[in-house]
Amino acid sequence: MSTFVPLLFAGVALGAIYALIALGFTVVYRASRVINFAQGGLLALGAFVTSWMVLDEHLPFWAAFVCGTLLTGLLGLAFQLWVVRFAIGRPEFTIVMLTLGLASVIGGVLPTLFGNNPRSNGDVWGASSVHVGSYQFFWVQIWTIIAAIVVLLVYGAFTRFTKYGLAMRGTALDPEAATAVGIPLRRVYATTWFIAAVVACIGGVFLGGYPSTVNPTMGNIALLAFPAIILGGLDSPTGAIVGGFSIGVVQEMVQGYQPQHAAWLGNDFYLIAPYLVMILVLLVRPYGLFGSRPAERL
Amino acid sequence: MTEEPVLELRSVRVVYGGVLAVDDISLAVEPGHAVCLLGPNGAGKTTILRAVSGLLGFHGGRVVAGNVRYRGRDVTGAAADRLVRLGICQVLERRHVFADLTVADNLRAGAFARRDRRAVAGSQDMVLDLFPVLRERLRQQAGLLSGGEQQMVAIGRALMGGPELLLLDEPSLGLAPLVVADIAEALREVRTRTGLSVLLVEQSSAMAGAVTERSYLLESGRIRAGGQTADLLADDQVRSVYLGASA
Ligand SMILES: Nc1ncnc2c1ncn2[C@@H]1O[C@H](COP(=O)(O)OP(=O)(O)O)[C@@H](O)[C@H]1O
Ligand SMILES: [Mg+2]
Repeated sequence: MSTFVPLLFAGVALGAIYALIALGFTVVYRASRVINFAQGGLLALGAFVTSWMVLDEHLPFWAAFVCGTLLTGLLGLAFQLWVVRFAIGRPEFTIVMLTLGLASVIGGVLPTLFGNNPRSNGDVWGASSVHVGSYQFFWVQIWTIIAAIVVLLVYGAFTRFTKYGLAMRGTALDPEAATAVGIPLRRVYATTWFIAAVVACIGGVFLGGYPSTVNPTMGNIALLAFPAIILGGLDSPTGAIVGGFSIGVVQEMVQGYQPQHAAWLGNDFYLIAPYLVMILVLLVRPYGLFGSRPAERL
Repeated sequence: MTEEPVLELRSVRVVYGGVLAVDDISLAVEPGHAVCLLGPNGAGKTTILRAVSGLLGFHGGRVVAGNVRYRGRDVTGAAADRLVRLGICQVLERRHVFADLTVADNLRAGAFARRDRRAVAGSQDMVLDLFPVLRERLRQQAGLLSGGEQQMVAIGRALMGGPELLLLDEPSLGLAPLVVADIAEALREVRTRTGLSVLLVEQSSAMAGAVTERSYLLESGRIRAGGQTADLLADDQVRSVYLGASA
């Protein structure tokens, strides 16, 4: 099986990006029940800003990466403070439309600012790779996986050991009790948007690595992350991570094997496969693998 | 010179989205004292506590007349997080523990607004002293505890905020008489140890009589009478109108 290992590796690398997108989504959803459709837009924005700082402003890649991440994070924060905040308590539809609005504003602004052409993400790995036995692994994919794992560990430690992490968990469970102990919900919501935008940017920069590019439509990947989010359970970060990696692997495996073994399913079946997996899981577990049931305790 | 009350409400009126909930509420809690609000369901007891703790906004309510004074300053309409930092901590009706968090994390969350680690550690020692069962349950999920233990977590969490004024909303709700007696005992103990002031809301006489000296009777959003808790609880008419069947 000479293709299995490369496919698995590519699947894990792709899954790492899905996991980051899904994590950003669930962090916001858990705290405020806001469904954030701007995640893909923020991802593209972060990738463009980072690429621009490296290619046009000649910053070293790592410095640009950190700045881009912070800038994207601050934009997410600003959007929460100046827009979403005023819609909290309104029908969910209103907030969904606002996040879709942000996504389309970003989608419109990016080509204006940076042009329509695909560009390099400016990373330090390019197409370099490492050979292990007869296999070849691209450095950018290795680093994608490492970065995602580091982000997930940092996030886990943040929620477990810090005051604001605890506040986020408390707010997700019982916003009234959180308010009663003096947790300012607004600041918790703002924190979740900052985190969501930060992880979106990290995902975007890695997604733009070789052989892919940074381009205005790259944010569409968030649509493919949806099965991962729902599969894992809307409100579960663990679910986001497990869902992300599984969907990435499923997608790459289908893309690798299905054309020879089940060609009649068509060329784009790998794009549909994640949704099929999602539907199968939902038939068995309506709230996803790790989602919580609606609280029915008294 | 008479001592200034810790808490004073002057002719407070609260509405929820245009609907009047309580009106012309005036009451006071003196430093170190414990006062009870007695009244049937829907009388407005919880609403008054929310007006003091800043939780009205969370429920779409607002103080539209009168004012709330805490230690001599006007705190009408102040945000809950500020009031917690000023020393007003509320135990919510029906406990509202963070069900999926451990008991230890519930207590930690109660100290969210405090910086002084030593003082927080002191509060935790006191809470575990008052409710020794919680010590064995520290690593368990709060939602899996019994009703009485959850109430202890809820009270402990509020005490972790280092309150000078503790608001308690029907802490005896749904608990067995023996458990109610235990919790009442713990509350008396806290009062002697810390000297905090208490505003208790109750529908049952057991907790009210064991913990408070003075009571107000509330009905249909208005205060109807006030006096010594023991005297009010001894009155048959009070029992039938304000305490319902549960007394
Ligand atoms: N969130 C709310 N929205 C609208 N009306 C409310 C709300 N909470 C309480 N009320 C109304 O205010 C009145 C007092 O309720 P409450 O303070 O909960 O009484 P109690 O705690 O004495 O049972 C009731 O008429 C109740 O229907
Ligand atoms: Mg009530």
